[in-house]
Amino acid sequence: MAGLASGLERQRRRAAWLFLAPMLGVLALVAGWPLLRTVYFSFTDATLYDIGGHGFVGLGNFRLLAADPNWWRAVWNTLFFAAVSVTLEVVLGTVIALTLNAQMRGRGLLRAAMLIPWAIPTVVSAQMWGWMLHDQFGVVNAVLLALGLVSEPVAFVAEPSLALWAVIAVDVWKTTPFVALLVLAALQVLPKELYEAAEVDGLGPVGAFFRITLPLIRPALMVAVIFRTLDALRVFDLMFVLTGNSRATASMSVYARQQLVDFQEVGYGSAASTFLFLIIAAVTAVAITAGRVRLDNR
Amino acid sequence: MRARRVRRGIARILFWLLVAAIVLYTVFPFYWAVVSSLKTGGALFGTELVPRDPTLENYVGVFREQPFGRNILNSVIVSAAVVALSLFLAVTAAYAFGRVAFRGRTPLLLAILGVSMFPQVAVLSGMFELIRWLGLYNSLASLVLSYMIFTLPFTVWVLTTFMRELPAELEEAAMMDGAGPWTTLTRIFLPLMGPAMVTTGLLAFIAAWNEFLFALTFTLTNEMRTVPVAIALITGASAFELPWGRIMAASVVVTVPLIVLVLVFQRRIVSGLTAGAVKG
Repeated sequence: MAGLASGLERQRRRAAWLFLAPMLGVLALVAGWPLLRTVYFSFTDATLYDIGGHGFVGLGNFRLLAADPNWWRAVWNTLFFAAVSVTLEVVLGTVIALTLNAQMRGRGLLRAAMLIPWAIPTVVSAQMWGWMLHDQFGVVNAVLLALGLVSEPVAFVAEPSLALWAVIAVDVWKTTPFVALLVLAALQVLPKELYEAAEVDGLGPVGAFFRITLPLIRPALMVAVIFRTLDALRVFDLMFVLTGNSRATASMSVYARQQLVDFQEVGYGSAASTFLFLIIAAVTAVAITAGRVRLDNR
Repeated sequence: MRARRVRRGIARILFWLLVAAIVLYTVFPFYWAVVSSLKTGGALFGTELVPRDPTLENYVGVFREQPFGRNILNSVIVSAAVVALSLFLAVTAAYAFGRVAFRGRTPLLLAILGVSMFPQVAVLSGMFELIRWLGLYNSLASLVLSYMIFTLPFTVWVLTTFMRELPAELEEAAMMDGAGPWTTLTRIFLPLMGPAMVTTGLLAFIAAWNEFLFALTFTLTNEMRTVPVAIALITGASAFELPWGRIMAASVVVTVPLIVLVLVFQRRIVSGLTAGAVKG
């Protein structure tokens, strides 16, 4: 009987690898292999029209990258965008989740409304907001003028000092619902008894939030922060559609794609891509270790 | 006593103002896109909240001035193929991950999760070379293949989570009857996985429908473009005059089906989105 069982177990294990093989094969083909090639290209002078015929240039591309102020501008834009948009999304998302968590009529409708920005394609969101923020005919300028908050229309998208803020505004609008839904899921499993105890202790709503709610939803908030940060660091669509390749807003992804496709510099563009990959890998590693350490402490 | 009631009343009013602000904030931009798409000429540049004489001219224009119907068809084909392929690959893998204890299972799952952190641009040059080598440049197949990089990790992850929760007795009974792993998967588990497959399939569909960077890079001609690229590249008579009415019409056309889909499957999507995150 034992022999039969272990035979079955062996058969199952063999079948497991057989079941995994197609998925692993496809993933190796579309993720592993292209990543290796990109890293390889970053040490060459390959171009798009002759991707095969290339020479080895060592660290030359990375040296050029380090000397390009436009690249460092892109790095700064990306980090600034990620930090500001994720902060706003988490704060705003928590406020919205707390509101949605209250007992009230029409909560289902409200939650449905939250899903609309999430469902709209990023490209469409960018175009919609591009139109709303239009410097002459945009509805935002019309409202600001009517309220007397500005004396002349503001060129939100064209003005270099404002363009990145416009991009942030669109991202916050589009992804806050995702954060809110994550936080809401965490809020809905919190035990009610804790709040009754807090009321007995006279903690008040604000005290209860900081002493009870916040510590309990912190794991969900961490997940939201990590997911959103990783997404924000590789942002491409929003900037590209709203402001094109403009230096004022170009993220690392926009810069790398411009080099790769528009300027056909596969070697140099791959170096920028590799750099972005390393940054994201580092952030992921830090996030995972930070998350673990916190979990162990409790 | 009275002061307390007044305070309660004010709190209630503030609360409902907050709710109203949230609804306005989330819904107004799309409402404005719909309103703008129904206006032409000078009315487009006005600010009335309900168009005085609504017209479908922009909608007709979108389909007349460019192969927008073809673009929609392309997006449907690509997204449907992506869903079918990634569900097939993911459900077989999820069976192995969820039901069989083999060495290296956890590291492998983590590696797959790691792929979902890849920035798309990091594989762009390698993928471009691969697609050209396969002879798929400027074809829809190039998109189906490349989209696997972001649909597979989360479909595998979510389906594995669901597969793990199914009772072991089912499988034991099937094995007693001499059913092999393939029969067990297709006859016993697959029928139970229905809801999970719908959720993950829907998320994969939306991800594929919305993708922009690969679609922009791997297709060249108007006829091969998917909807997001077509909308991003709509141009007017001159580079300085964007046809905003038509852009809004196109945006509404591709967004309404998505919104309907999302509202119908609301609960499932929310649970699918949060299941991966809360448990991961």
